[in-house]
Amino acid sequence: MNETVTTSPLGGTVGGLRQFSPSDYKKGQPRWCPGCGDHFFLASLHKALAEIGVEPWNNAVISGIGCSSRLPHYMATYGMNTIHGRAAAIATGVKVTNPKLTVWQVSGDGDGLAIGGNHFIHANRRNINLNMILLNNRIYGLTKGQYSPTSPRGFVSKSSPYGTVEDPFRPAELCFGARGHFFARAVATDAPGTIEILRAAYEHKGAAVCEILQNCVIFNNGTHDDVYSAPNRKKNAIYLRHGEKMVFGENDEYGLVQEGFGLKVVKIGENGVTLDDILVHDAHCEDNTLQLKLAMMEGPDFPVALGVIRDVPAPTYDEAVEAQIQEVSAQKKYHNFAELLETNDIWEVRAES
Amino acid sequence: MEIKELNDVVVRFSGDSGDGMQLAGNIFSTVSATVGNSISTFPDYPADIRAPQGSLTGVSGFQVHIGAEQVFTPGDKCDVLVAMNAAALKTQYRFTKPGAAIIIDTDSFQAADLKKAAFETDDYLGEMGIDPDRVIQCPLTTMVKDCLADSGMDPKSVLKCRNMFALGLVCWLFDRDLDVAFNFIREKFGKKPSVAEANIKVIQAGYDYGHNTHSSVAGRYRVETKHKVPGRYMDITGNKATAYGLIAAAEKAGLQLYLGSYPITPATDVLHELSKHKSLGVKTVQCEDEISGCASAVGASFAGALAVTSTSGPGICLKSEAMNLAVIMELPLVVLDVQRGGPATGLPTKSEQTDLLQVLFGRNGESPMPVMAATSPTDCFDAAYMASKMALEHMTPVVLLTDAFVANGSGALRLPILEDYPEIKPPYVPEELRGQWTPYMRNADGVRYWAVPGREGFEHILGGLEKDSKTGAISTDPENHHLMTVLRQQKIDNIQVPDLVVEGDVDDADLLIVGFGGTYGHLHAAMEELRAQGHKVAQAHFKYINPLPKNTADVLLRYKKVVVAEQNMGQLAAWLRMKVDGFVPAQYNEVKGQPFTVSDLVDNMTPLLASPEGKE
Repeated sequence: MNETVTTSPLGGTVGGLRQFSPSDYKKGQPRWCPGCGDHFFLASLHKALAEIGVEPWNNAVISGIGCSSRLPHYMATYGMNTIHGRAAAIATGVKVTNPKLTVWQVSGDGDGLAIGGNHFIHANRRNINLNMILLNNRIYGLTKGQYSPTSPRGFVSKSSPYGTVEDPFRPAELCFGARGHFFARAVATDAPGTIEILRAAYEHKGAAVCEILQNCVIFNNGTHDDVYSAPNRKKNAIYLRHGEKMVFGENDEYGLVQEGFGLKVVKIGENGVTLDDILVHDAHCEDNTLQLKLAMMEGPDFPVALGVIRDVPAPTYDEAVEAQIQEVSAQKKYHNFAELLETNDIWEVRAES
Repeated sequence: MEIKELNDVVVRFSGDSGDGMQLAGNIFSTVSATVGNSISTFPDYPADIRAPQGSLTGVSGFQVHIGAEQVFTPGDKCDVLVAMNAAALKTQYRFTKPGAAIIIDTDSFQAADLKKAAFETDDYLGEMGIDPDRVIQCPLTTMVKDCLADSGMDPKSVLKCRNMFALGLVCWLFDRDLDVAFNFIREKFGKKPSVAEANIKVIQAGYDYGHNTHSSVAGRYRVETKHKVPGRYMDITGNKATAYGLIAAAEKAGLQLYLGSYPITPATDVLHELSKHKSLGVKTVQCEDEISGCASAVGASFAGALAVTSTSGPGICLKSEAMNLAVIMELPLVVLDVQRGGPATGLPTKSEQTDLLQVLFGRNGESPMPVMAATSPTDCFDAAYMASKMALEHMTPVVLLTDAFVANGSGALRLPILEDYPEIKPPYVPEELRGQWTPYMRNADGVRYWAVPGREGFEHILGGLEKDSKTGAISTDPENHHLMTVLRQQKIDNIQVPDLVVEGDVDDADLLIVGFGGTYGHLHAAMEELRAQGHKVAQAHFKYINPLPKNTADVLLRYKKVVVAEQNMGQLAAWLRMKVDGFVPAQYNEVKGQPFTVSDLVDNMTPLLASPEGKE
């Protein structure tokens, strides 16, 4: 069988060193509302792709349906803006067929976790090498303001005028429950934080979930206010980096320690707490217990965790498929259709003499 | 004892679903095919995995029709019935012809067995009105145990060989050379030579039993081969032939083969078969659901594979949205629908043709999609190949309909030679369009070009939203939407398919029999039977359903009377009436989950020929 074309013989790389700028990945004029978090994320994605440096033609950006799923139309890469909820399934087919492509799956909270929830968990379980972007504004924007699977209990919306009577998903919990090996979080307005996790997702081999906290100015304005501005993040968020102390606050005066089965916020220098007592982040720890606790933190008692929370190597589905093909091919004696036929019980009917 | 020469014979093996009847039937078919007989087989499974032993619901059957000349169906009723227990005799006797020979294992007709099979007395033959002279009453279990007494095998493994005794006895009855069966067994149990030798010993014992006792049946049979088409052959089921057709098409097109699928009866064997062939580079993904099966195939198609999704009717319901995505993105995709009884879960192991209108129309918006239907187990190979070619060359999803009967049945396939098959040339964007290409530019056939990711300079975005015909950008412009709708329709309408072939009394038939897909053999046999009775009858059978062959109206309006016979309530008839002005056929509709029987068809079509309009 021929392999599919992965790079054009006419490609512009010279010794693999061709440099790209964000504008090489940029196309068209976004139609999102002014102030929408999607604008911020898109700009960060363009920058991240330029930094990563994979040629535009070797990227595929696959989205479902929703405001954020318009994103592929603003990419100068290959891509599809598909049908509601199926982006992860469609991206799976793309990646399995051509593992050399870098595949970005872009979904909102409705697309990814409601109608597409099944594909979300199975992409994680299978550990297919997709960069799975989840733009979480806790609302259905394109259908004009219904509660989503990440809206908090009691949330008032057009479809819940008296408040919802159901609990939301927390994406990290779902990812970990599906045996996900990578989870990171960033705020859309925080370009460096977003670019950092996008790069980490690219580097990670396997399903890599990036939750982007973003605001919907029209239907859910202020939903992430506690972390949306830089000063608020300083107060209410913690940046986690592998191997670094878990400190936060306007002057890094706070830290996280373990207490019993849980985490606790402490002030460094008070009650005899020193920097040595503060936990060091281990994103590579196979056991996800503490990572889950970090990912589940929320105000007002805890800071919101940002950065790469979990990043554990594991065999990827797409590589395993290729490896099995190589392995079985080496064992089997048939490698084309004519040879396949010969593996059957065959009889010959001779011409009448 | 005299050996009777017969033109064709139908044998039905039946027993508990754990009795290995499918294997015995398969070996007998292979042995017969090897001497050049034409074969057609039909396995009749119960829906339960393993119903209680000896129960009426747990009976599994395998029918094989062998002929000196070509046979078109597995036969309505059998000449020889093998019933491995009381429940099998009770449920399968209705499939015997008058005077058929019956082989039973008397060891499985004990009081408890008879009770489970709802016999009221121990005179089970009398109760069913069966003439004992027609029955070979063999203490089969006892003889198998005796035969393997010194083998060192455990009692359970010994009992598993009962089917081979029955096979040996049937081989004797039909004067078959056992060497082919022995080779088959040695191949199958290659890694367990002791099991192979035990099975061989039991086959020989069954054969010898027949020979020594000169059993009480009227005689032995021989089916000679009359018209041999020289060549090399293999026995193949419809599902396997479909898988082979897809493999062949991918190789011819120089593409990777991708299958996204979710297990569903009776289509799962296609997933099983393709999953084996890693050494051909075939990639199969067993997805989390039917939706993902189709959606991932759409992704695979975008990435440049020959993409396939396989399912049955209930799966089509779930795939329809992703199939529609392939329609608007104009990406190649083969959707295999192995039809079964419906609606909803319906009759999962049984056969119907009830998905035709679903695949033609069951999607939102104007969604033209080519539809084909394979006409026999071996035809599944060509049908799958041509469906792939159509999808790839016309950048469209194509539905291939088969059904449980065709998928599980088997026939002798003359080994296809790939060089003899037509080229498959997908419309890749020509290099000279670099710089000016947009995603919905079309070639002379109105087909969108294919730009596969990884190719520099042809980056583009497709999607489920309507696009501008020129720029490929999202568009809600009314004129553009109308234009794109027309272009998508024209692209499908322009696909060239072979003309409809008329068989039988082409020039002067009083009745034209019309059908589609897996009923070809039964309808053909019915036509031949009616002609043998002196009637003027012709047959036209649809394999290409959308678009229809160009000569469809000409053929359908040429005959005085036309009957559309199908295993649904008139779906093909409705489609043809929609497409052919003035076409008013008679209809024969049957939805029983079972194949047509030729005798029913003949009985129901004879009055049509007798009526005044038919005879004028």
